[in-house]
Amino acid sequence: MSQATAPPRPMPPPSGALPAAQRPGRRRRSQALPGHVFLTPWLIGTLGLTLGPMVISLYLSFTDYDLFSRPRWVGLANYRYMLEDDRFLTSAGVTLKYALIGTPLKLAAALGVALLLNRARRGVGVYRAAFYAPSLLGASVSVALVWRALFATDGATDRSLQFFGVHVGGFTDNPDYALYPLVLLTVWQFGAPMVVFLAGLKQIPKDLYESAALDGAGRVRTFFSITLPMLSPVLFFNLVLEIIHSFQAFTPAFVISGGTGGPSDSTLLYSLYLYQQAFASFHMGYASAMAWVLLAVIALITYAVFRSARLWVFYAQEDAS
Amino acid sequence: MTTTAASPAPAPSPAPASASAERTVLRTWVWHAVCVVIGLVLLYPVLWLLTASFKSGEEVISNLSPIPKVFTPGNYSQAVDGVSGLSLWRLFGNSLLVSFGTVVGNVLSCSLAAYAFARLRFRGRGLYFALMIGTLMLPAHLMLIPQYVIFQELGMVGTYLPLILPKFLATEAFFVFLVVQFIRSLPAELDQAAAIDGCGPYRTFWHVIMPLLKPAIVTTTIFSFIWSWNDFFSQVIYLVEPQTYTLQLGLRMFVDMDGSAMFGPMFAMSVLTLVPVLLFFLAFQRLLVEGVQTTGLKG
Repeated sequence: MSQATAPPRPMPPPSGALPAAQRPGRRRRSQALPGHVFLTPWLIGTLGLTLGPMVISLYLSFTDYDLFSRPRWVGLANYRYMLEDDRFLTSAGVTLKYALIGTPLKLAAALGVALLLNRARRGVGVYRAAFYAPSLLGASVSVALVWRALFATDGATDRSLQFFGVHVGGFTDNPDYALYPLVLLTVWQFGAPMVVFLAGLKQIPKDLYESAALDGAGRVRTFFSITLPMLSPVLFFNLVLEIIHSFQAFTPAFVISGGTGGPSDSTLLYSLYLYQQAFASFHMGYASAMAWVLLAVIALITYAVFRSARLWVFYAQEDAS
Repeated sequence: MTTTAASPAPAPSPAPASASAERTVLRTWVWHAVCVVIGLVLLYPVLWLLTASFKSGEEVISNLSPIPKVFTPGNYSQAVDGVSGLSLWRLFGNSLLVSFGTVVGNVLSCSLAAYAFARLRFRGRGLYFALMIGTLMLPAHLMLIPQYVIFQELGMVGTYLPLILPKFLATEAFFVFLVVQFIRSLPAELDQAAAIDGCGPYRTFWHVIMPLLKPAIVTTTIFSFIWSWNDFFSQVIYLVEPQTYTLQLGLRMFVDMDGSAMFGPMFAMSVLTLVPVLLFFLAFQRLLVEGVQTTGLKG
């Protein structure tokens, strides 16, 4: 952490040549007033739009609330109902499938292409930028509309597959396949984790590779014995972030299924079902409970990844934390 | 895969110099070829969108060839006329308003908060900072419904305030964190020199730190703009009157229409919607990628 030992406001006569921070025995005066002045917007936002709403949301999750009449206390009924709610269980399953397939593929693509780009050659910057571009476009309605058309019946994918004699029809119309275009859409955006991997690769000391080469290690061996262990903290970071992101995916599923999560709830991602419960059915209490379950699941998975990190994340000696 | 591990040093091969040079050239070409192929695959959906915007409605789905049979630039004039009586300019202006408010709000409130976190000393700072970091990973769903209730009580649902006001309250912790990291990288001697010259924290912030924050502010601006421009979730919740609709909501109205007749104009409008994002990207791509590298921000 950098020093913030700026002297107090009333200027002391510049008696000593020593910088203020080095002067021995100098009383550090608290900057409580300016500190809170600078933090005022953040404090209002955090109390009024984050912490306050969290408390309200927790309360609402124990009520029956439709936005128009007063919330009615129902205890744990909302949470209990989730276990009987088939659509809830379906949406949890769909989201889990989406995360379990999408995240590893996305990270594998990100790591593979990062290795490809991790060299000093002309053109690296252009490729890096081009591969990153989908990450900026992927969340837009425009791209979701493109996906919708690409995977529609008789669309580009369908026709290409027909050419190879595979007849599955439109992915988006088939409950067995409708989720895969969404998975592909998230894998398509591998550029963001790729850039993080590239930054991590740059941090690996070159002399490690030199000694490996001296010891006669091949490429595969070098990758598994040096690159992967040295990169594991970055991999860990990306993994946590991607899992959290995949539980919050909304726009593509909404646009491609026209807001329904169909066909047959096969693209009913968790966020989409929560939105439907809150803003289509006005089950605000139930939706709040769903939000808390989501937090619990994300926390649990993050914790599990953290715990397992001890086994597979390697921190080099000098920056062990 | 032909990926060599990160070592840029040429393999110590006993082959004669000319042959190894030839191999290096060949490898470079293979590498470029692989990269170009990946690039084409990745950009295919964007190219598809571009060509579809010049096709007639029936052709969009059925014609696999990128070249339209019937070149239909009329899609664009139809897109400019808009959708359901909303002109493109209205949608565009509304989107611009939301994004502009978001950018100004984020830049101001996040640099103010970041300065306090990075430079000022006072009791509670550590706690506040931990709180800020804690909100980084919080799913927005948690606050969604109470926030909606609050904005409804304040009579703001249907206006742009629920989309813009939170940004003036530094609710996007990502950007606070980004600016904090940046300020920490500035030499502390600057503040000390300013203090010796008689600057208090306010003037130090305004005259010393703020001018140096330019790179962090540019990064915040780009991401704030692109994220709010692409945002759909909060807009679909808070904007109810068609007159207030943004481009994203306008595009979505096409979806509710049946038939392929509107496909051409829909994709023309999609292209026009992406143009500002692409312009920002092309202008600032290096800063963007660096911003992702230093903070792990997602696109």
